[in-house]
Amino acid sequence: MATYQLDITREHCPMTFVKTKIELAKLKAGDTLEVLLSEGEPLENVPRTSREQGYDVLGIEPAGDRIYKVIIQK
Amino acid sequence: MANKLAIIGFSGDFDKLTAVFTLATGAAAVGYEVNLFFTFWGLDAIKKKQGRSFVGGSPLTKLFGFFMGGMKAAPVSRLNFLGASPRIFRHLMRRKNVATPEELIDAAKALGVNFYACEMAMHILGLSKDDFIPEVKDVLGVASFLQIADGGQTLFI
Repeated sequence: MATYQLDITREHCPMTFVKTKIELAKLKAGDTLEVLLSEGEPLENVPRTSREQGYDVLGIEPAGDRIYKVIIQK
Repeated sequence: MANKLAIIGFSGDFDKLTAVFTLATGAAAVGYEVNLFFTFWGLDAIKKKQGRSFVGGSPLTKLFGFFMGGMKAAPVSRLNFLGASPRIFRHLMRRKNVATPEELIDAAKALGVNFYACEMAMHILGLSKDDFIPEVKDVLGVASFLQIADGGQTLFI
């Protein structure tokens, strides 16, 4: 079971979602993706839309100034 | 059943096509089935030849095809400044780390967005399926488009 990292703190809509989706699509069952993202739209919607697509959100942790780490598992 | 979004891409303007592909990629990325139906000026977005080229069946449609151009020649709907504005916008987009229409089109392909072309507009403009990027799945009429869009949201841009 592998862990992957993705930093979308410099991205803007819709590439925040696009890059997350493309990385999530590469995961095998049990793999996790750690996404670094900014507060606001990405923080509100990346965890929600990941859950809606059947992934588990294992945690959301502060990771800097207005930056969070969201851990998503397939 | 998955959420669905259908967009009728009528405009060939740089800014409006940016809106089409922003919505399309955003929706596909959050799990929507997305169907794009290009007609009239919007067909510019899916032409294989992205600059100005004489595509079309007859001398008249070829000339028209040249002036319409493709994605690279798309004007901005306001303040186009004789074609300078799309370049300025692309520059600003890159500088501000916002995806350009070309990057969004690549993302749309990667996300499995469905591209369709309007049979009637193609007929007028003398275009064939071979004039379009290979991702164009099919050439459709109104009835087929309605069938594909049924049960989802539809936008006209």
